[in-house]
This record gives sequence, structure tokens and C-alpha cells, in this order.
Amino acid sequence: MFLKYLASTDHKVIGLLYGFTSLLFLLVGFVLVLVIRWQLAYPGDPVPLIGGWLGEANAPGGIVLPEFYNQLGAMHGTIMVFLGVVPLAVGAFGNYLVPLQIGAPDMAFPRLNLASYWCYVAGGAVMLASFFVPGGAANNGWTSYAPLSDLAPGAGQTMWLAGMLFIICSSLLGALNVITTIVQLRAPGMTWFRLPFFVWAQFITAFLLLLAFPALQAAAILQGMDRLAGTSFFLPSGLAVSGQRLEVAGGGNALLWQHLFWFLGHPEVYVLILPAMGIVAEVVANNTRKPLWGYRVMVYSLFVLGVLSFVVWAHHMFLTGMGTAVSAFFQTTTMIISIPSVVILSSLMLSLHGGSIRFTTPMLFALAFLPMFGIGGLTGLPLGLATTDIALHDTNYVVGHFHYLVAPGTIFALFAGIYHWFPRVTGRMLNDWLGRIHFAGSLVCMNVIFLPMFVQGLAGVNRRLWDGGAEYVHAQEVLYLNVPMSMAAFALAVFQLFFIANLFLSLRGGPAAEPNPWRATTLEWRTGGEPVRVYRDPYAYSVPGAPSDFVPQYQAEPQRAGA
Amino acid sequence: MQALPYTTEVRPDTGLTNPKLGIWLFLASEVMLFGSFFSSYALLRSGAQAWPDQSAVLSVPLGTLNTVILITSSATMVLSLSAIRARHLDRFRRYLRLTLLGGVAFLAVKTFEYGDKFSHGLAPGDDNFLGLYFTLTGVHALHVLVGLAVNAYLLWPGSRMWRTEPERFANRVEVAGIYWHFVDVVWIVLFPVLYVL
Ligand code: HEM
Ligand SMILES: [Cu+2]
Repeated sequence: MFLKYLASTDHKVIGLLYGFTSLLFLLVGFVLVLVIRWQLAYPGDPVPLIGGWLGEANAPGGIVLPEFYNQLGAMHGTIMVFLGVVPLAVGAFGNYLVPLQIGAPDMAFPRLNLASYWCYVAGGAVMLASFFVPGGAANNGWTSYAPLSDLAPGAGQTMWLAGMLFIICSSLLGALNVITTIVQLRAPGMTWFRLPFFVWAQFITAFLLLLAFPALQAAAILQGMDRLAGTSFFLPSGLAVSGQRLEVAGGGNALLWQHLFWFLGHPEVYVLILPAMGIVAEVVANNTRKPLWGYRVMVYSLFVLGVLSFVVWAHHMFLTGMGTAVSAFFQTTTMIISIPSVVILSSLMLSLHGGSIRFTTPMLFALAFLPMFGIGGLTGLPLGLATTDIALHDTNYVVGHFHYLVAPGTIFALFAGIYHWFPRVTGRMLNDWLGRIHFAGSLVCMNVIFLPMFVQGLAGVNRRLWDGGAEYVHAQEVLYLNVPMSMAAFALAVFQLFFIANLFLSLRGGPAAEPNPWRATTLEWRTGGEPVRVYRDPYAYSVPGAPSDFVPQYQAEPQRAGA
Repeated sequence: MQALPYTTEVRPDTGLTNPKLGIWLFLASEVMLFGSFFSSYALLRSGAQAWPDQSAVLSVPLGTLNTVILITSSATMVLSLSAIRARHLDRFRRYLRLTLLGGVAFLAVKTFEYGDKFSHGLAPGDDNFLGLYFTLTGVHALHVLVGLAVNAYLLWPGSRMWRTEPERFANRVEVAGIYWHFVDVVWIVLFPVLYVL
């Protein structure tokens, strides 16, 4: 009975499998970072509660060893990005909603869809298993910079590479499925500019996945050769390790790894943010009861973002000495790519203007997304200019920047999506008060965690320090911040319990939802499975003269008032 | 549940069937994969202090032979597609068998070349040229292997579909052909880059 679901090719079932699995990975990644945060606030103190489970080799007496700390950091990033957020945003939300929103019976390739899910599971299993091999998991950062990663002893890094290959295969299969579905399976009348913004966001995201991930595939194969077949693609001549000259041919290029990684890595950050923007757009339109402000311009901006995200990657590499001409190029493209992001954000803000806003739980998360994304984006600008990035690179400032985008940014959007579509999936409403506690607590905690990172980073505290900076004179003044930041992280964990409890309690005992509880216009709220025809733009809210304040896309003619 | 549309028939406004679009998208990602490899090759070679004379290390005659074999097998693939479109199952089988044979011959030559290198004590770790040679041709050979598996499937168990859905079966052959030509094209770039330049 249960097995039937694991082999189903129905996009809704696969979407739910993706959702469930990715939420579990998000939880794993979160637990890893809780250990990190404990260590940063109280370096050298035994981790309470779970310290005994970490293994004697990793944390004797519950005290985290530096080598283990590095594993935690690398795997936190890897798991959150590749096994948590992307599979949730694309695998779960995309799979479940895209066919419904365009009026398709399923994804274009149902069996590839299932294969994609199992590739993802395989990749995740390899990643998790790597914690238990001698030497532990990969410990070279989620970016796996060479030559450190090339030469790292143990099987952990090799397993990381193998796991990435599985995950990339999964993403590629998923991406070509999403694109084909959107191009081919739109219902009659669903023209391109009648697509909900969410579908557009998934469409562009799929292109990024399709075209950027192969670069990491190539890089992983090359690094695998370095590690297993003794090649020196990423090993320059004359390397010495622990005073010993390395016995390899040499002649390689360590920066080649960075180029390949960031060629994937930068489009990847848009893979993290675009589906989030898509969800927020849906929730905002629905809860302001107004069409999105500047829908078309938002769609054009998506295209510009998608294209430009392939030509900004070296802004992660300003400190590699790549020369002023190259720096100038990547600074320019980075400044230009900010414009479409600002356009989308501004459009969403302007969409609020003059609306009669319903402050539902999903809307609260969507509203909070806007300023959080704003902070993350604005703090990116100084990083995009080489002069300022020289001071800020590799500090906690960078960590603050991207966490504002992905944690109170993307993750909040994903929460908004879960609260918004839970009734569609389960037929029950989530509890509003638990949701509000979850929201308020998360919002406060997120900011207490990440805002001080800018302060620490500006003071020059590097990221990835086992003792949180205690060893450095220049860090002393801002060291005290580590304690409230960690406290907030633990509190954040407590507030997530409200969310988890809400999911499970409402699944059984939540109030039954009407078929279209949010009174939404898009097709996924339609009842009945018969083929559909689309008659209008996606956000026909508050149409003058219409009998109710929304006209679904699938409704033939708005019945005139009194008719 | 409704059946999926456009698995076999063309969607009028896009002019495509689902599998056709799917395979082109897949190939787009493959282009990026091999593009990344070629870029790595260019970067490593342009930064190298010394680079071996490639045509002295590798056997240009064997490489040429393999190029001819693959191009021929691409041609027989085309012929097998036109045969199945014309509803000639036997002719289709004959040409697809030849295609399969070409793929096997290619891999046989490749295996011989690898063995020859190893027996002369040459290994991927010797220098970055050999490393790239083994990696790039190895990844390519994997693609050939996948193509062989697909073609073998269409030749034997998969051809059962011919009786029930001939149109759909012919489309499958076409998609497999597109992939096979791509594998061929990659080799046509790999050969000069690794053996000659
Ligand atoms: C809005 C315009 C943006 C600009 C100008 C920008 C700029 C930058 C720059 C220059 C860096 C490199 C900093 C350094 O390592 O010294 C960086 C890092 C990063 N950004 Fe952004 N960014 C922007 C948006 C985003 C978005 C939307 C996301 C994802 C949701 C994101 C995620 C990241 C991540 C994950 C890193 C850190 C990678 C690492 O080193 O581990 N950024 N950003
Ligand atoms: Cu970037």
C-alpha cells in the first residue's frame, strides 16, 4: 500500500514525496547548524543534549573537534542548498503545482519524474552515509575548493562528488520535464501571458538547472579523476603538503575548479530565489485581491535575470588576482543583474499599494519575504564591487548576505507556500494561531541570528572559524554577539516545533477546507478532473462589475451582477 | 485520468512532440557538459608550461578509423529511421543492426587504444594531456554505451511497440537517432582537439 506511492508516477504523489524528503533534509541541515552555533558561542564546551550522539571520533565527550566542525559546515551548506531548498522549491512545489496551474493532466514525462526523485534520494543517501565512513563527511566547505578538496584524505570528499553527480542527474531530469510540460501541456486558452507568475518562475529556474548544473558535473568528474586516478587537473606544480613535496604530475589549475563551480554556483542562487519569488507573487496577488502590479515587466525581468546569471560568476572570485579588466567586466554585469531583481521586488511592493490586504498566515510570510530579500539584495551590492569585496570577502558579512536571501527570504517563501497550498493538498486548513506563532518567532529569531553577522563581518571576522573568532584580536569587540545569535538559533528551533506540530495535527484534525478556501483565481483550485479551458489572465481579482471579487481563469464569462 | 497529449502527435502551436522537445533539452545540457570539459581543456593547455605533441602520443590512424566508423553508424541510423517511417520493419532492423555494430566497433577500437596506452606504461596521472584524454574519451565512451543500450532496446524488446503503435515507435527511433548523432558530433570535435591540434 505504502510502496505503491513510492513507485507512483503521478506528479502530485512525486511532489509530495519530494516535499516530505526535502523537509527532512532541511531538518538535518538545521540540526547540523545548531551544533555549529553551539560551538561558535561556547567553543570547547560539550554540546548539550545531543553531544553524546555525535560520535567519539567527532566530538569526544561531546566537544566538537575542528575537523568535525569543518564537516558540519560543508554538509550544512550542501544539504540545505542541494538536498533541501532546491528539491522543495522545484521538486515539490514545481511538480505539484505546475501541471495543475497550466491545466495539464500530469508532467510530460511521468517516469522520468519518478527517476528524478530516486536519483535525488540516492544522492542524499550517499551524502548522509559519508558521515559514517572513516574520516567522516566532506569537510572542504560546500564549495569544495581545490586543492584542499582534491587532497583531502578519506572517502568523504569522493562520496560528496558521487552524491553531487546523482543530485545533478536528478535536477537535469526534473528541469527538462518542467520545461517540456510548460511548453507542451498548457491547456487550451492558456497562452504564455496567462501563465501564473509562479509557472514563469519555475520555467526560468528549470533553464538555469538545465544549463548551469552540467558545469559542476564536469567539475565533479575532473575532481574525481584527481582523487581516484591520480590526475592533476586542479593541482598546480610544486605543491607541498605538511612540508612534503607532493608526488603528482602537477601543471593543473586550482582556479579552474572555482570557475566551474561558480559557473554553476551563481545561477544556482537564482534557482534558490526565483521559485520563492513565484510563490510570493501568487500569495500576494491572492491576499491583496488585486492583479500583480507590472506582471509583464516581472516576467521580462525573469528572462533578464536568467540570461545574466550566466555572466556574473566570477564576482565570487575577486580575490583570486584575476586582473582589473576581468574584474571590471564582472562588476558591471553584477550591477546590471541587480536591476531586474529590484524590478521584481518593487513590483511586488507596489502590488500591495491600495489593496485590501488579508493578513493570513501565508500572507504574513510573503510580506516578511519582501524586506528580508531587500536586505539580502542590498548587502550584495558592496560584495559585487571589487574594492569593497576585498575587505568583505570570506567574512561573516557574506554569510549574512546570502542567508538573508535564503533563510528569511526563500525559506519564508516556502513556508508561505506550504500554508497557502496545504488545504489544496490535504483538504484541511492549517491552524492559524500556531502559524502566527511560528511566523512571529521565526521572523524575530532570523534577524537576531543574521543581522549581527554584518557587524562581525565588517569588523573583519572570517567565516568558517572553529572558535568563532576567539583567537583573533580584531574579533574580540564583536565576539559577544555570538551568544545571542546562537540563542536565537536555538529559539528558532523551538518555533519550528509549532510548524511541525501544526502539520501533523492539522493533517488529521484541522478544520475541513472548502475547495477554494482562499478564493483564488488560478487553475489548481479547480474541482473536478475534466479537461479545462482558460479564458483570462491569471489574477482577475476585484474585476469591476463581477459578482464576486475574483473570477477564476477557467470561468467562461463573468456573470454580471444581477444577471 | 486524462491521457497525456502530444506524446505522439505534434502540438500545432509549438510544432513539437514532447519527446522531441525533451531530447533537445537534454542535448542542450549535454552541450554544456562537454562545453565545460572543452573549456577546461583550453584553460589547462593554455596555462601549461609544456604540452606533449598530441599526435605523437595518440594514434591518428586509429582515431581516424573511429571517426569513420561513427559517421557511418550515424548514416545507417538515418537509414533505419527512414525505413521505419516507410513502414519497412526488416530494412529498419538491418540498418539498426549495422548502427549497433558500428558502436561496438568504435568501443572495441577505443578499448584497444586504452590497452595500448596502459601497456606502454601511460596512465591518466602522467600529465594533464593524458588525464584529459582518458577523462574526455571515457565520458564520451559512456555516452556511446548508453546509445548502444538504447538502440539495442529498440532493436529487440522495444520493437514490440511497432505492432501496436507504429507512429510512436518511429518517433522513438527518431529520438534515439538524435542522441546518436549528438554522440557522433561530440566525437567529431573530440578527435581533432585531442589527436591532432
Ligand atoms: C541582488 C543582487 C546580488 C548581488 C549583487 C550579489 C552579490 C554577491 C557577491 C559579490 C558574492 C560574493 C561575495 C564574496 O564571496 O566575497 C555573493 C555571495 C553569495 N550570494 Fe549573492 N548577490 C546577489 C543576490 C543573491 C541571491 C538572490 C542569492 C540567493 C538566494 C545570493 C546568494 C549568495 C550566496 C549563497 C553567496 C555565497 C557563496 C559562498 O561563498 O559560499 N545572492 N553575492
Ligand atoms: Cu553570485
